[in-house]
Amino acid sequence: MTLLTAPVTDSEALARVALRVRHHIVEMCAGPEGGHLGGSLSCVDILTVLYFAVLRLDPVVPRDPDRDVFLLSKGHAAIALYATLAERGFFPTGELRGYGTSAGRLMGHPVTAVPGVEMPSGSLGHGLAAGSGFALAARLTGRPRRVFVLLGDGELQEGSCWEAAAGAAAAGTDNLVAVVDRNGLQLTGETERITPLEPLAERWRAFGWEAREVDGHGHASLLDAFTAPPREPGRPVVVIARTVKAHGLPFAAGKPGSHYARLTERTLARARHTLDRSFRDGAS
Amino acid sequence: MSDQRETRQAYRDHLVELMAADPRVVCLDSDTGLFAGVDFGAARERYVNVGIAEQNLMGVAAGLAASGMVPYVNTMATFATTRAAESIKIDIAYAALGVRIVATHAGLSAGHLGPTHHALEDLSVIRAMPNMTVVVPGDSEATVSLLTQLADRPGPAYVRLGRKATPPLPAGTPPAALGRLQTVRGGEPARVTIVATGPLPTLRACHAAGALEADGIPALVLQAHTLKPFDVAGLLRYVSGAELVVTVEEHWRTGGLGSAIAEALAESEPRRILRIGVPDVFAPVVGTQEELLDGAGLSVEGIVDRVRLALRDWTSVRAVSASAWPGLVRKGD
Repeated sequence: MTLLTAPVTDSEALARVALRVRHHIVEMCAGPEGGHLGGSLSCVDILTVLYFAVLRLDPVVPRDPDRDVFLLSKGHAAIALYATLAERGFFPTGELRGYGTSAGRLMGHPVTAVPGVEMPSGSLGHGLAAGSGFALAARLTGRPRRVFVLLGDGELQEGSCWEAAAGAAAAGTDNLVAVVDRNGLQLTGETERITPLEPLAERWRAFGWEAREVDGHGHASLLDAFTAPPREPGRPVVVIARTVKAHGLPFAAGKPGSHYARLTERTLARARHTLDRSFRDGAS
Repeated sequence: MSDQRETRQAYRDHLVELMAADPRVVCLDSDTGLFAGVDFGAARERYVNVGIAEQNLMGVAAGLAASGMVPYVNTMATFATTRAAESIKIDIAYAALGVRIVATHAGLSAGHLGPTHHALEDLSVIRAMPNMTVVVPGDSEATVSLLTQLADRPGPAYVRLGRKATPPLPAGTPPAALGRLQTVRGGEPARVTIVATGPLPTLRACHAAGALEADGIPALVLQAHTLKPFDVAGLLRYVSGAELVVTVEEHWRTGGLGSAIAEALAESEPRRILRIGVPDVFAPVVGTQEELLDGAGLSVEGIVDRVRLALRDWTSVRAVSASAWPGLVRKGD
């Protein structure tokens, strides 16, 4: 077994990783096809904390049977996942420059041909059921694996999420953690104006889950929420991470229009500068 | 007939043995009732009923398979392939995972339960998915044999089973070899080559061939128990001398066996094909599986009549094939 423990624990180092991931994302959004900017930036801190401080895995042996598992159910945030995986050492960060270019493997939604991607995703509402299967397999084989599934908040409008939520609670897979990137926005506007989700934590609790609500950009609060064991054995945990769409770019943050963007040379320059300034100011 | 057996019972008994022998095998149920009262013994932890939730069923199976387990997924054919189609496509087929989707109540086998429970498009849907192996066992023995052969095959598989007991294939039928057309009734050199799939269509095709032969029309019957990958080379060998190729299936005339054969022959040896299947209309009246098959034109007489007509007058047979439920008898008619 070659599993590595998480490589980074100090907050300064985590913040630097998150900054690099955000830089990769804006660079990819300046590529030939653009990218899902807002929902990728909103989950960067979640991914950074998971991949650098929580998940037990080895980028050299991506399919180690004893690894922890992460599934990106909100597959449209593929560029955030690719950037995080590359930073974590699954493949060279240089490959990110090829995102969206013809004949490359970095498709607009995650593909298992990319090292570290566990399952394809992109059609919403699939990840939690698969995560439940990974969690169940660990229980049946006596492995200590934990499984994390990142869902979008708009994604929770898919009924299959709730089929899976009910099923996981019934199966009692307490090694399963759902994370909701609660940025409040979907493609055309606010989730609460389209199909309201609130009271969201209550909803999950009613489905038999332990719900934790945290600041989705606070690394310490995320780390706590991801690592504290369930208060009641047998209950899966949901972390509702309150985030801001396009976090890190004040000119786009919180705006539905940030959902998908193709950054021009000029906007890219502005984005680079803004990310660095936000970081220096301690806002990221 | 005492030797009749449900293919799903044969599967169930086989699965219980597999679970005892291989700790990776998981039985994922969606409250089908097929496993009621079954004693899984030491393997009971690996029987999981996820409830009436077919999308979750497929997703959980994918996660299990991606973790090295061998899940057998249980639901009705219609719920697997229409309700949970996208979960199969993305989580199982696209991810190329070794999930065995065992679908019962296929074709018209749900009988009086009606079109919500009939599965007449399942082969069309599932055959279109890359990485998928598609199997339609002809009887209980073939069910166990094909499941055993599937065990070593990578990637997902769809196994189409019925509901009620059906008779065994004719004595002397050679063992089913996965991926190969199977001769169930000889007759070379045949004037007519009939290719059938599924227990009742195959048996009826055999009876029809007997009637045709008595009439001086030698007919060969092949069973296509493997729809994908399809045995194109075998097909070409068997049809080369035949005047007419006929397909018989408990499926819409679109997308199933008839389509698979039309696709293969269109590219290799273009010719007319008489496709006998369920007309493009949802079952309009109550019926048992047998009655509905008769109504759809898949009775022995229906097959014989259409083959005779096709040999004589192609224009007329086209009209019969396209008509709605040509053999249907309504109450009061």
